[in-house]
Amino acid sequence: MSEEVIVASEVGLKNRSIDFSSYAKHGKYLLKGFNKWSQGIPLVLVFFSIWEALPRLGVIDPLFLPTFSTTIKTLFDLTVSGKLLLHVVVSLQRASAGFGLAILVAVPLGFLMGWYNKFERYTDLLVQSLRNISTFALLPIFLLVLGLGESSKIAIIFYGASWQLLMNTISGVKSIDPIYIKAAKSMGVSDWDLFRKVILPASIPSIIIGARLGAKISLMVVIAAEMIGAKSGLGFFIQNAQFNFMVPEMYAGILALAFLGLLVNYLLVWFEKKTTSWKGEIGSSILG
Amino acid sequence: MHYKGTEMDIIVAENVHKKFKLKQGQQVNNNGIISDEIEVLSGFGLKIKKGEFLVLVGPSGSGKSVFLDLVGGLSAPTSGVVYLDDKPVEAPSAKTGYVFQQYALFPWRSALSNIEFGLESRGVVKEERVKIARELLSLFGLSDFEDRFPYQLSGGMQQRVAIARALATKPEVLLMDEPFAALDAQTREILQNELIKIWEGTDTTVIFVTHSIDEAVFLADRVAVVTARPGRIKDIIEIDLPRPRKVDIRSSPEFAANRHKVWGALKAEVNKAQQDWKLAPVFSE
Repeated sequence: MSEEVIVASEVGLKNRSIDFSSYAKHGKYLLKGFNKWSQGIPLVLVFFSIWEALPRLGVIDPLFLPTFSTTIKTLFDLTVSGKLLLHVVVSLQRASAGFGLAILVAVPLGFLMGWYNKFERYTDLLVQSLRNISTFALLPIFLLVLGLGESSKIAIIFYGASWQLLMNTISGVKSIDPIYIKAAKSMGVSDWDLFRKVILPASIPSIIIGARLGAKISLMVVIAAEMIGAKSGLGFFIQNAQFNFMVPEMYAGILALAFLGLLVNYLLVWFEKKTTSWKGEIGSSILG
Repeated sequence: MHYKGTEMDIIVAENVHKKFKLKQGQQVNNNGIISDEIEVLSGFGLKIKKGEFLVLVGPSGSGKSVFLDLVGGLSAPTSGVVYLDDKPVEAPSAKTGYVFQQYALFPWRSALSNIEFGLESRGVVKEERVKIARELLSLFGLSDFEDRFPYQLSGGMQQRVAIARALATKPEVLLMDEPFAALDAQTREILQNELIKIWEGTDTTVIFVTHSIDEAVFLADRVAVVTARPGRIKDIIEIDLPRPRKVDIRSSPEFAANRHKVWGALKAEVNKAQQDWKLAPVFSE
């Protein structure tokens, strides 16, 4: 055995001992992640303190901005009574329906546009034109065409979430190092295997970034859509609270929205780490 | 009438020409003629014997790697034919394995799974694939690393896995495109020693491209010197060093004599290429 391999084996053995205690390793990573994450807590506390102070000191009329403690208490009551949960579930259902549809359409389309230059040349102009229209500007059109029901909401979420997925899939496919294609071809892969075993896994990291952005957009769009013509959902809840001058409820709804966004983001970051572990340390921070 | 070589010749290249179209807006001056095409191989002819270790040396841009692509069926000649086992090469064949300078391991696959890749396309069942891959890993002293992803391996280890991957399908011809060029000098020598030891125990034909004359002399049965662009064979030098090659042969006078012969044939071409260098284009097919 050569010297380098012996040296390498020693390195390997060192790493192995960590592998054996994989639970400890996992715990250590979690702790490390938490330590990093916890550094963000003080600033959040400062933010909440200012929020608490401003109405108390009379800088802002409590009628328009209830204290943080009042808001949290309202949020707690709404959660315990189950009133809020219904709206959260409805919003999540709509967002995931639109987002799921976007994955089904935009990812395959992205592969086609990324791989076949000719196809991209035919479609690019239309895609670029549509992509640059604000999703919200199209909301009235979707309502006109599809009505006030579920389909118009899901359609607008689908539309909003698709672009990031599409663009990131295209760039994922286009940025595959040609040497992987060459290596695979030299081993005689079929076209289908080339797609399945090389192009798809190589573009996954980029697609997942698109999915993270798409999911965030889905959450934003669903709220906006629910503010226009809906009878349920977190967007409706916030809007309705405002109309009825239930100001603490309105703020509680917004706070719930923030928690929801945070939760979804962590979920997606976790998923990203899980699926691209072969890349080693990934660049994106946990707060992404 | 084509002469397809004797039974001993596994690869025969006859009067091969290869031109590349330049990218839009790029032009090249070929002896006073402005053109948007660049000829990389011109009248390239070479016969490679079954089981031999043939090393191609030549200045940068002389089309050595292009020739490997032609043998590997990854690219087609503009004119002329490359025969592999008396049949013109038209597509990648199960008979060839390819090792690249950049390793080209799939980063999303473990070492073991990378080696399995070529076997999957050939319909080898899972247990058999794993068995073959493990044997190869142990041959390269990497048995403890089968679960590692490429980013967890050193450059030398990655290239060992890449060679193992190419050998997994038991190719008759192994194409190696500057496989050790990206490695540090020590690792490079260690891998040369490992490769020659492993190869001397097989009947695989190897076509090996390098810029290192020492590497060429140490490994080769014959060294084929390619001219500056457009490339063709200028000279073939038999390396009369005994096999198995011992590590200390590198410091022998015979080694130096062979080295001198190769350099003698190469020197003029390298100079020519240096003068041509300012014209060096970026080409695409």
